[in-house]
Amino acid sequence: MSDGNQPTAKDLKVVGQRPVRPDGVDKVTGRAMFGADFHLPGMLAGRIKRSPHAHARIVSIDTKAAEALPGVKAVVTGADFDLNAGGEVEAGEGATAVKEVAANCLAQGKALYQGHAIAAVAAISPEIAAEALDLIEIAYEVLPHVIEVEDAMAENAPVLHDDLFTKGVKPTPTKASNVAMKTVMGRGDVPGAFAAAEVVVEGRYTTAAVHQGYIEPHACVASWGADGQSVIWCSSQGQFLVRALTSKILGLPLSDLKVIPAEIGGGFGGKTTVYLEPVALALSQKSGRPVKLVMSREEVFLASGPTSGAVMDIRLAATKAGKITAADMTLRYQAGAFPGSPVHLGCMTAFACYDVENLALVGYDVVSNRPKVAAYRAPGAPMAAFAVESAIDDLALKLNMDPIDLRILNAVRDGVKTVYGATVRCSALVDMLEQLKAHPHYQTPLAKGQARGVAAGFWFNIGGESSAAVHVDEDGGVTVVSSNPDIGGSRASMAMMAAEVLGLPIEKVRATVADTTSIGFSGSTGGSRVTFATGMAVCQAAEKVVEDLKGRAAQTWECDPKLVEWRDGSAVCLDPAKDVKPLSMKALASKSAKTGGPLASEVSINAQGAAAGYGAHICDLEIDPETGRTTVVRYTAAQDVGRAIHPSYVEGQLQGGAAQGIGWALNEEYVYG
Amino acid sequence: MSRVRISTTVNGEPMEFLGGGGQSLLDALRDELRLTGSKEGCGTGDCGACSVIVDGRLVCSCLMLAPEAEGKRIETIEGMAEGGPLHPLQRQFLEHAALQCGFCTPGLLMASKALLDRNPDPSETEVRYWLAGNMCRCTGYDKVVRAVLDAAAELRQAERPR
Repeated sequence: MSDGNQPTAKDLKVVGQRPVRPDGVDKVTGRAMFGADFHLPGMLAGRIKRSPHAHARIVSIDTKAAEALPGVKAVVTGADFDLNAGGEVEAGEGATAVKEVAANCLAQGKALYQGHAIAAVAAISPEIAAEALDLIEIAYEVLPHVIEVEDAMAENAPVLHDDLFTKGVKPTPTKASNVAMKTVMGRGDVPGAFAAAEVVVEGRYTTAAVHQGYIEPHACVASWGADGQSVIWCSSQGQFLVRALTSKILGLPLSDLKVIPAEIGGGFGGKTTVYLEPVALALSQKSGRPVKLVMSREEVFLASGPTSGAVMDIRLAATKAGKITAADMTLRYQAGAFPGSPVHLGCMTAFACYDVENLALVGYDVVSNRPKVAAYRAPGAPMAAFAVESAIDDLALKLNMDPIDLRILNAVRDGVKTVYGATVRCSALVDMLEQLKAHPHYQTPLAKGQARGVAAGFWFNIGGESSAAVHVDEDGGVTVVSSNPDIGGSRASMAMMAAEVLGLPIEKVRATVADTTSIGFSGSTGGSRVTFATGMAVCQAAEKVVEDLKGRAAQTWECDPKLVEWRDGSAVCLDPAKDVKPLSMKALASKSAKTGGPLASEVSINAQGAAAGYGAHICDLEIDPETGRTTVVRYTAAQDVGRAIHPSYVEGQLQGGAAQGIGWALNEEYVYG
Repeated sequence: MSRVRISTTVNGEPMEFLGGGGQSLLDALRDELRLTGSKEGCGTGDCGACSVIVDGRLVCSCLMLAPEAEGKRIETIEGMAEGGPLHPLQRQFLEHAALQCGFCTPGLLMASKALLDRNPDPSETEVRYWLAGNMCRCTGYDKVVRAVLDAAAELRQAERPR
């Protein structure tokens, strides 16, 4: 929906078009360099020894035989990390305790899940490194383990961390438990509304932990410098995040670590932390040689990601006309082996699509002997949405109401206050639901064995810290330098926004992603923030360049800069006293040395004001009652995307997101024996 | 580990390298020949990111031992544009935005080429079946399938006798 101050589509020349992405040719010819593609002279191969146990005390680690194996250059364990590395690092989608990230990279005293890294080796060949792993002797005292979230919350459950006391409960418990945090959110008089309700529905909903499933396993190369200055090449959703976590874990000043972002082979939130980088750098420090660490697919599944599985109870109160008057919901989210599930985001988003007067939400962040969860596409939101949307469908059935009509009746409109305090603005949810209802898909009759579901969803969209630079070359070409790894076409959208502001054809604008020493700080690629926040930095940098160009033209023409307009990539003189031809970008750039020096601008901002996103989808399934085989026969997605900078890549996000949602619903889960 | 000399043709050029033991063709391509366009996504033949064409046949290079490449003709993503303009498949993938992260793209392109080499006029269903061994987590496949169909049409047009 229009914000009122945005240009209309007809005024835009580049934004809204579908040009080939600037990094396209590299990606279809094999030239693009991903995390595992770097090779340095003298580089060693690293391997990681992982726990076979879900929960065990590490009694001793004997690395002597491994170190003695010819070809082995370094062995590290958790003892090589700085345990006093305190504090938190903003990881784009939630703060991360550094100590816990360190203990996830290499276990400290206890193995907390099967696959937990215990030790690592660097050797002159992968075969020798693998052989050395077998020579590391670890004595474990196996402990009882707990996998499922409700089992982990039980009174007599095995406790993972004896220093974990539930936050958010007063007084703070004196007994350690697996409940890291209790989140309470709400408003109004929920018991009163339920007492007065004409209709009540309730249900229990569970979701499985699923992995983000990026096709590229985690990979990095780390090279320690003799002067303490180090370099890491890696695939991640944020080079600055990798720098912050790695340097804190190893006790380095930030400026002594340069992180160069490789191309990233998918992340979906799962590459917003570190697993390998501090280990590789510690190995490099010990061996004095570059070290490459690459996870196998098995390691990816065992020891990275996934998202939280959840167990949720929900009750809705409503009038006979379908107005939801109250909701009561308990959310229990798996955090994995360390605290930090996105359950607070689950509480915030659960009813973000609906205007419900009385709300009571309780969330529990629960550790268990699973890999530590990581962000995954609107972290925390899909699980809560599954419970809420299912309950709303139950209500529609009970009231014999059309499920879209019921949602329209209860949907948020601009001005509505959310449970987490924000006021809804620029919301297109009602509009989308009405369009979906009128869509041919919704009119299509269902055949025997087919069924139709409707659901809505929400994500905040965030802004945050971003930096970008625009450099004008002497020949009038432009390079946009951005601070965020390009996970799915952001070079295209950055270059397009710069081209739009500069009035240039897209072919004149190149885009690059800079390392941590070559651009100002930026938060990670995540939270649906890059096109908005880094895009804002790009636009502002381009606007500064335009102002500079106008000033140079005014200087050349000896006229008032206010009488110079930037139009279609040229400065135009509006002073009637001057009879001059427009000065093109190329002309101005070629003279830049004589008019004040290089034309360039870098902008660092903390972007604010992102409007929230809403989605509503219809899915038709065909189910074979004998075999249970389930086929998606029709799928329609409506999504409130704001201005689509490159519509093809926006469509790709919707299509890919829908495919992942189908996978989550039908095919994917972690199964523990 | 004993290593043997392996003689192959890679993208039309004779190539020799040392390989052996448990080394896969994928590892040999990446580590010995530094052809890193072929990717390892799973190492078990499930994801197709390592797809290459060996003597005209589509294979997962992570499932083939390097010494098995002796005397074989290997095509990888690096040879697809043949040093010149892009192959219609590569161009259509770009036009359709049939990639987001691009990691699975080399494998998808090689698999698509193997399909069009033997079936210049596949139906949408045939494209989807043929590419079922190539996983893409980003795109949801729709744009990939459209790109392959359009590339097939373009190639048929180019080969039609005048």
